[in-house]
Amino acid sequence: MSNEEILVVDDEVQIRKLLGITLQSNGYKMSEAATAKEGLETAASSSPNMIILDLGLPDENGHSVLRKLREWYKNPIIILSIQTNEADIIAALDNGANDYMVKPFRTGELLARIRSVLRSSAREENIPVVKHGQLEFDFSSRTIKKNNEQLKLTATQYALLALLGKNEGKVLTHQYILREVWGNGYIDQSQYLRVFIAQLRKKIEDDANHPEYIITESGIGYRFVAKESAE
Amino acid sequence: MVCFASGVCFLFTPYVFGFEVVAFILLLTLSIIAMFFDILPVLLAALLSALIWDFFFLTPQFNFQVGTTEDKIMLSMYFIIVLVNAGLTYKIRKIEKEAREKEEKEQTLKLYNTLLNSLSHELRTPVSIIIAATDNLMTGSPQLSADDKVSLIHEISKASLRLNFEVENLLNMSRLESGFLKPKKDWCDIAELIYGVLRRSKEQLKAHVLIVHIEENLPLFKIDNGLMEQVLVNLINNAALYTVDGSLIEITAGSINNELVITIEDNGNGFPDDEASKVFDKFYRLKNSKAGGTGLGLSIVKGFVEAHAGKVKLKKSIFGGAKFIIEIPAESSSTIYAS
Repeated sequence: MSNEEILVVDDEVQIRKLLGITLQSNGYKMSEAATAKEGLETAASSSPNMIILDLGLPDENGHSVLRKLREWYKNPIIILSIQTNEADIIAALDNGANDYMVKPFRTGELLARIRSVLRSSAREENIPVVKHGQLEFDFSSRTIKKNNEQLKLTATQYALLALLGKNEGKVLTHQYILREVWGNGYIDQSQYLRVFIAQLRKKIEDDANHPEYIITESGIGYRFVAKESAE
Repeated sequence: MVCFASGVCFLFTPYVFGFEVVAFILLLTLSIIAMFFDILPVLLAALLSALIWDFFFLTPQFNFQVGTTEDKIMLSMYFIIVLVNAGLTYKIRKIEKEAREKEEKEQTLKLYNTLLNSLSHELRTPVSIIIAATDNLMTGSPQLSADDKVSLIHEISKASLRLNFEVENLLNMSRLESGFLKPKKDWCDIAELIYGVLRRSKEQLKAHVLIVHIEENLPLFKIDNGLMEQVLVNLINNAALYTVDGSLIEITAGSINNELVITIEDNGNGFPDDEASKVFDKFYRLKNSKAGGTGLGLSIVKGFVEAHAGKVKLKKSIFGGAKFIIEIPAESSSTIYAS
């Protein structure tokens, strides 16, 4: 196991303790901070590989801490939030958070997110061919294969699936996807996105009603995950 | 109203009755006004009617001057009676309002007590389990086998999930109660919504037989995804919780007259006829229902559906159990975009 350092910024001592046990038993080093001020100082002095940031800190609004961190901090940040307020989470993702977890969370899920964001930050950008489960993305020839058979995709379908595939493991907000695939004028046209996601699922999923590649993050966006068989 | 009454009187005055009768008709009009309006408009109407009476009916007519002493006394008496009348009606209405508020307060208190009773049971049970189980694990008694430890941990896990579910319901209820709940509507793929809920409730549904029927080419509907998710979670969990293992749960979705219609039915025992009308009431629980549940689930369903200007109905299923029908008027995408 790598010995990556993760900074946990959360005012609840029990959460820090629990995360400490969880992270250390999975081979990570953990540093901790109870306030925004302490968190910003520790981040600057020890430059951790990743930060887990609680949005509800006592001394400063989490969104403003996130913005301050993002002025210089390039490594992944995962947001912890008790609010199931989707707008709050979307705002954090727009402000540069890589992913989010809503309390109460399952530790297994948190560890999967941590692995995923660390992996994607280490990933090289310019690999032309990537395999995720039964899917093979060839970005140079703009083709995608399932079980070695080329999928028949329209230009928009390809653009959407390629965007999801390039961001494997990462949650992409509806607005982000609409802007990237359809353009700035379309960020309110979420019906396009719903319809195209349904079309893609019919093509790539074994059962479109029980998707395993394109996962819905209710009210937030979509997440493309590589099926376990690929790992 | 004063002008209208005066107008009518003015037409009849010379022929039918004198100015004294007019005063009584105006008084009657004002009494009626006092019953329906606040104190200020009533006082204004009183002043207006006094002036009109003086101007149009008292001799000399069409003049604010008052001729005889008798008429002067009459005018001031008229004005005083009108004021007393307005004041009294206002007072009665104030007392009525206070009584109503008091009654409402008592109702709320009663509701609050019911809430406390059912909540303290529903929240304390899982908390007790967690405390007892962790105590057991911490004392490290040698009699505790490895199997015992595993099952204690399972109980803690189950209790905390139950606690979480109740807290979620409570938070949703307070969202409803706050009165600020406004659905955030966005395009929703109904199949995605239903299968997503079924995936989330997989654990609760594993002993049940599921049938899902979604109308072919069902358009997208503009609804609040999060709220509707909670509606379906509560109805499906209810069906799973209150029917025996192996029972059937059928979920359908379709579009009827531009409304989104979702039904959830089971072949359990259903609801007794005499209690069916109360199931959506807050904190209402069936007389013989088993433990688990605060009686909040169905009232949240009703609240969230009504926030969409929709309706939820409880019918008898042809399978013998309960059938919930949700009807939501919503904008739909009649065209399917393909390019």
